[in-house]
Amino acid sequence: MKKLRSPAELERLRDRIVGQHDPERPYVSVCGGTGCHAYKCEDVARALGNEIKQQGLGERVELKVTGCHGFCERGPLIVIYPEKIFYQRVTPADTSEIVSETIVKGKVIDRLLYAEPGNGHKARCEDDVSFYKKQQRLIFGNNGIIDPTNIEDYLAVDGYSALCKVLFDMHPEEVLDEISRSGLRGRGGAGFPTFRKWEAARNAPSYDGIRYIICNADEGDPGAYMDRSLLEGNPHSVIEGMIIGAYTMGSHHGYVYVRNEYPLAVNNLGIALDQARQYGFLGKNILGSNFDFDIKVSRGGGAFICGESTALMASLEGRIGEPRPKHIHTALKGLYGRPTNLNNVETWANVPFIISRGAKWYSTIGTEGSKGTKIFSLVGKINNTGLVEVPMGITLREMVYDIGGGIRGGKKFKAVQTGGPSGGCIPESLIDLPVDFDRLTEAGAMMGSGGMIVMDEDNCMVDMARYFVKFLTEESCGKCVPCREGLDRMLDILTDITEGRGKKEDIELLEELGDVIKEASLCGLGGTAPNPVLSTIRYFRDEYEAHITDRRCPAGVCKALITFTVDAVNCTGCRVCARECPQGAISGEKKEIHFIDQGKCIKCGLCRDLCKFDAVLVS
Amino acid sequence: MGVDFEKVDTIVDEYGCNRDSLISILQDVQNEYHYLPEDMLRQVARRLELPLIQVYGVATFFKAFSLKPRGEHMVRVCLGTACHVRGAPAVLDEVKRRLGVEPGETTKDMQFTLETVNCLGACALGPLLVMDDKYQGQMSPGKIRKVLRDYKKDAEGK
Repeated sequence: MKKLRSPAELERLRDRIVGQHDPERPYVSVCGGTGCHAYKCEDVARALGNEIKQQGLGERVELKVTGCHGFCERGPLIVIYPEKIFYQRVTPADTSEIVSETIVKGKVIDRLLYAEPGNGHKARCEDDVSFYKKQQRLIFGNNGIIDPTNIEDYLAVDGYSALCKVLFDMHPEEVLDEISRSGLRGRGGAGFPTFRKWEAARNAPSYDGIRYIICNADEGDPGAYMDRSLLEGNPHSVIEGMIIGAYTMGSHHGYVYVRNEYPLAVNNLGIALDQARQYGFLGKNILGSNFDFDIKVSRGGGAFICGESTALMASLEGRIGEPRPKHIHTALKGLYGRPTNLNNVETWANVPFIISRGAKWYSTIGTEGSKGTKIFSLVGKINNTGLVEVPMGITLREMVYDIGGGIRGGKKFKAVQTGGPSGGCIPESLIDLPVDFDRLTEAGAMMGSGGMIVMDEDNCMVDMARYFVKFLTEESCGKCVPCREGLDRMLDILTDITEGRGKKEDIELLEELGDVIKEASLCGLGGTAPNPVLSTIRYFRDEYEAHITDRRCPAGVCKALITFTVDAVNCTGCRVCARECPQGAISGEKKEIHFIDQGKCIKCGLCRDLCKFDAVLVS
Repeated sequence: MGVDFEKVDTIVDEYGCNRDSLISILQDVQNEYHYLPEDMLRQVARRLELPLIQVYGVATFFKAFSLKPRGEHMVRVCLGTACHVRGAPAVLDEVKRRLGVEPGETTKDMQFTLETVNCLGACALGPLLVMDDKYQGQMSPGKIRKVLRDYKKDAEGK
């Protein structure tokens, strides 16, 4: 491929690509996200490819392995275009029939369709599935259409046209103005207005003129994986956003700091960068505009703290990822002491859309203070686990019940945890809360990067608080005392409560400690670390009190406070549990009701898991 | 017998002997040896002209690095939030009990190293256990014996 040297050359190439594509020609899109990979989607893709060849359709049907389609719960997923027929839980054994029936004869295979939980209604195309209906897949939509390892697929959906517009028709000030009017706020956590960051980095003095821009893909929030899916499925949208940002801020050097735990994202990003260079979107004299910019990839070392800007920059310089005080912002002195802009993956991916379709259009989506869409990972005790993109302001109820399909196993909804270890839990009483940056913060949680963990009646909120604090004590870098020592003390107290040694004054002490850690910590990690504890105390104080006063875990989670017993009605005396019990704590003859010796029981839960008759009770 | 630094030297050279690439260099060294041997850390420090303490600091700060040799099979239990709410702690307890090691440790026969991870982004499969690179979804304490047994057989068959 010869480098493109002008917008006209790009448009000619685009016309050629689009012209080659026959919209009537069937093509099969196989979801190739990490979730579907775990379900062995590559076997499905291979089998489909073989079938297409064997049935003599080689030239007439196109097969594509794309990025994540979002509906991870039902993988492996395939969509057959142009009708958009949606098949789920596809196995290699199904592929022969898919080709001979659906592709050749146009017949839909009923058993592969998705059945709505509740009414069992079968959805024929993707758009009919309730999981997708309420979504507005602006940033994420192209994921299911394009092959991330082929830049021409991105060009076919108007890719790099926003870049062209910026490079040839807009002054950097105009771009800044557009971003400002769009109301775009950072998608990584705090929701800081993007144009402010850009403006500060653009105007900051640099003694040698060097400025850096960075894409933060160190997605450390456990339970959130939208950034990974964007990098895997549509890396060029992130790259295009970064080039536009670089042009606006006058930067020629970019970095993507990506988690090494995401091998597919690292791989697809690397391919995308190579192709962007080959086609002339990166490197010297981009599209003949005299603007130079290139991007390097840096793989993270697996530290949650490196999502913090100053820690990330230290790590990029090859040092320990410790944050520094931000009396001077990184926009003024960041990487190597130069003005630096850092934005999250999803934020960058929003930029081309704002430029192409205009700030006015963009700002019609969302709420007063939060514009656009947001991608959430809807996970936990929910029927439809997956990645969903919704306009800001959608209610939690719509998220959980309409998109998420309600709670698994018909259990009762208890809370949603948003914002990861920096966020908080939102109780059922607030289920009609509109989801945007400000409403979530008011409720004591936060948007964070978009993890949304749904919990049911079987989850203990004290255990959840302890889980996050334990996570944070391990991830605290240890530089400042409030975070390092304060979190340790919080963990001690929470452990005591969950193990039945809680004292009445503990709740008050936790609140007091929480306030100090929030106020006195060096960086955002410590500054938000007490949120999971404070929000659960705020909404679920009764659960704390039950643990402390009654020595009881209402949800039946905290090991020290529960007992396993055999239900005399359901027990069939099959001896499975007695055989497997590692402690030999279960006695009883065949066909007789068994008995658990509480003195020997270590509460591993093996008996309950193995019992086919639901005869092991927890109280 | 002298220590062979050829592999490490090649890795360092690939990054142009650049100090800023320390983390990437250590990642590649670890990919080669499955952990970071002391001799290799010293060689990286020498080649990059960095004080050993800085190399050691980075190697111990980041979770991805191990200074201890690892076993033949890596058992990773995901402790991300979604896996946690679906019962990952009980799964981890059962793996610990069966292997007789704590996270970060390796069994005496060098067959299994147990590690915990903070979310692999395959939340629909939770609770998730990853054997080497193979995802084992919807885990429960009762399934652990079989998963480990399959790999033990594997190792013995070699």
